[in-house]
Amino acid sequence: MLSTTSELSTTSGLTTTSEPSATDEVSAREPLPASTEDAMKIVIVGGFGVGKTTMVGSVSEIRPLSTEEIMTEASVGIDDASRVRTKSTTTVAFDFGRISVSDSRVLYLFGAPGQERFWFVWDQLFAGSLGAVVLVDTRRLEDSFYSIDRLEHHETPFVVAVNRFTGGPSLEAVRDALELAPGIPIVDCDARERESCKKVLITLVEHLTRLYDRTPA
Amino acid sequence: MKRRPIDRESPDRLYTITGGRTRADETVFDSVSLIVAECEPVPGMQSEHVKILQLARRPIPVVEISAELHLPVSVVKILLRDLLDTGRITVRHPSSGTRAGKPDPDILRQVLVALNNL
Repeated sequence: MLSTTSELSTTSGLTTTSEPSATDEVSAREPLPASTEDAMKIVIVGGFGVGKTTMVGSVSEIRPLSTEEIMTEASVGIDDASRVRTKSTTTVAFDFGRISVSDSRVLYLFGAPGQERFWFVWDQLFAGSLGAVVLVDTRRLEDSFYSIDRLEHHETPFVVAVNRFTGGPSLEAVRDALELAPGIPIVDCDARERESCKKVLITLVEHLTRLYDRTPA
Repeated sequence: MKRRPIDRESPDRLYTITGGRTRADETVFDSVSLIVAECEPVPGMQSEHVKILQLARRPIPVVEISAELHLPVSVVKILLRDLLDTGRITVRHPSSGTRAGKPDPDILRQVLVALNNL
């Protein structure tokens, strides 16, 4: 059995404060303002290699962080050690960044792999998201079908952003291929460019504003 | 994604960290619920609790604690429940709640301004 302390309190020996351990890592991160009251989320969904992490990194104010979640539906019970020992722990990895909105609000951007198993943890992680961006590679449109279907199922508003690698079909052709409803915005983007990613997020928030304007409370 | 700590982990370790607790209490925390420490760590505390209290000197969401501790979000939520029950942390829940609902138009405007200023 691994010791919990050996991994979690490793120290470089260069701590300058009175806290003997863990302080190094703590000080490496950029903390939120003490006045922060409310954190919001937007999720960027897409297949492998489509540019989710790149997009998160392009607009995030911090170096993107990554972590994992355990899949519940895979019948992995951490309360039942005998069962766990015979099954491998199934986790899904994701990364995220953040954008300050005000002294009291912050927006988190999550990159979520759109493959089937990830949707098992959607509610655990992304319930209550403002909305989502479906990031599309036109060479692998089929990767996006499932994500769009799932977002509709979860009633999460979304926009579609086509990360242009090389030319490819027109936005209208992609819209048709994805069978997008008429009201759903679709835009081109370059996930490496902050300005371009900004525009995608602005398109999403404007879409949300229009959507809720029309919907009685 | 280079770092896959759990893949290298013995499930026993997660069992030890959580004291064998189940996932039942997870819904208390959203993935972006902000955690605020209400006290300093004390000697004899579990190392993960010490680290969480250090990280939460300023508000920090559950997912950032998860990333910093290299532990899955669910495991962090169980650890947080212990700290909440003993009054060592307080929680600032997201205004958006946990269900798809209508966000406050003022909040959307604020987000739009922040994005434009990026």
